[in-house]
Amino acid sequence: MPRTIQEINEKIKAGKAVVVTAEEMTGIAKKKGVEKAYQEVDVVTTGTFGPMCSSGMYLNIGHTKPKIKLGGGTCLLNGIPAYTGIAAVDIYLGAGQLPADDPRNKIHPGEFRYGGGHVIEEFVSGKDIVLEASAYGTDCYPRKELKSWLNIKDVNEAVLFNLRNAYQNYNVAVNLSDKAIYTYLGILKPRLGNANYCSAGGLSPLLNDPLYRTIGIGTRIFLGGGVGFVAWQGTQHNPSAPRTEREVPTRSAGTLSVIGDLKGMSPRYLRGVSMCGYGASLGVGVGIPIPILDEEMAFFTSVSDEDILAPIVDYSEAYPQAKPDILGEVSYRELRSGTISIGDKTVATGSISSLSRAREIALLLKEWIEKGEFLLTEPVERLPGKESGITFKAFHERPVEQ
Amino acid sequence: MISRRVVLHFPSELIDQPIISNTVKRYNLEFNILKASIAPPEGGLLVLELQGGKKDVGEALDYLKELNIRIENLSRDITRRDDACVHCGVCVAICPSDALVLNATNWEVDFFADKCVACELCVKACPYAAMEVRL
Repeated sequence: MPRTIQEINEKIKAGKAVVVTAEEMTGIAKKKGVEKAYQEVDVVTTGTFGPMCSSGMYLNIGHTKPKIKLGGGTCLLNGIPAYTGIAAVDIYLGAGQLPADDPRNKIHPGEFRYGGGHVIEEFVSGKDIVLEASAYGTDCYPRKELKSWLNIKDVNEAVLFNLRNAYQNYNVAVNLSDKAIYTYLGILKPRLGNANYCSAGGLSPLLNDPLYRTIGIGTRIFLGGGVGFVAWQGTQHNPSAPRTEREVPTRSAGTLSVIGDLKGMSPRYLRGVSMCGYGASLGVGVGIPIPILDEEMAFFTSVSDEDILAPIVDYSEAYPQAKPDILGEVSYRELRSGTISIGDKTVATGSISSLSRAREIALLLKEWIEKGEFLLTEPVERLPGKESGITFKAFHERPVEQ
Repeated sequence: MISRRVVLHFPSELIDQPIISNTVKRYNLEFNILKASIAPPEGGLLVLELQGGKKDVGEALDYLKELNIRIENLSRDITRRDDACVHCGVCVAICPSDALVLNATNWEVDFFADKCVACELCVKACPYAAMEVRL
């Protein structure tokens, strides 16, 4: 008999739900089998923490006296430009935004010490930030300049709204060239000097629900230390990626767009990121509970690092030139061992995603559910699955005649 | 045999003299230069690993001090801001001396300052600016 989410929620409210992390579930299924694991476990919690560039926050700062219309004007938060192309006092700040005077990669590799992600970290931690705005002035919004301290507790809304998070699997980056390269997957030493990967592997949300059976639009999640929701499929969502027999994608596949109240979040799970030679970003913590509705969900959540394969991609040539070539596939178990073999070479591995913090998130979410503070949700709508035919398209370039 | 990693701060009037060469000959030492920079107005900076007899290394350092070279222990100069580190482990694969190692039990990054050679690769590589090298 399959379970329903309502039944699981009743158990949670009664303090009787059995909640385990995805790592614990792997162990239970290995020891007792999937059928028994299904009978015993109601909810599996997942977690991931890593740089997720397509993240940002929007604010409504409230109206000044006299009023100002930031829309169409400019706005800086701690010197970082925020997007103002919306209504009077709504602004959006992206994690990758840089101050105008940042030297970027003028002296390569640039440091990118302070960007949008760092402002978000400071803002969520309750620090005052400086807002500096200019506007063109209208009859109804006459004010043209504004410079003020701004604090998260004083704004109407502060919302984290991320376009693409929690990638279902990702590339392992290496460098075949003769010089060091500086990528969003870190510094890659020449001639296969190291291999960097970025996934929580067997703990990662979408790798535990590979066909998006339970994670969908409207799913309540752990986001940045607070509560958020899945808003939509993330950009570049690619359910048609190749999959193993147990439906685990072997390339970067599904993604999530997520949203949540920034006022309830914590800088422990939202951290400014500086990728040397690449840019600024935001380290984001996401955790998603998976209801064990039936034996198939028990099977999916029993996935272990050795079941998940990632492609090894050369970031000196294949990636920047958008060539499909890969150097092979490697499991997360191998990646986590500290070295992988590529040809006859042993290559040290580095992780961009923090497993210790992913574990912390999965355990924290487990605790919230066990205490009855966090209930599960039925998706309002399914995310596009492999049957949707949706793929990750390259840019269709059509040169414009001069 | 002992090994010491030291940071030497040279006053500007000494930068044209073969001090290291003299020192290693006099005290029968082996040395490995980890980092060197010379900026004439301020003097020079040299990060060295010295190997030799315990007495010889000690006397060599005293000799350098007499020449008005300021000496610091290297390990003191490299720090990790523990509150900034998220223990991702991206530093582990580029650390050349196994000073940064992932602990396979709790998946946290252990920093062994005594193994650090102050190459500063981790400082560049850390996305969270957790590694600080003060020289």
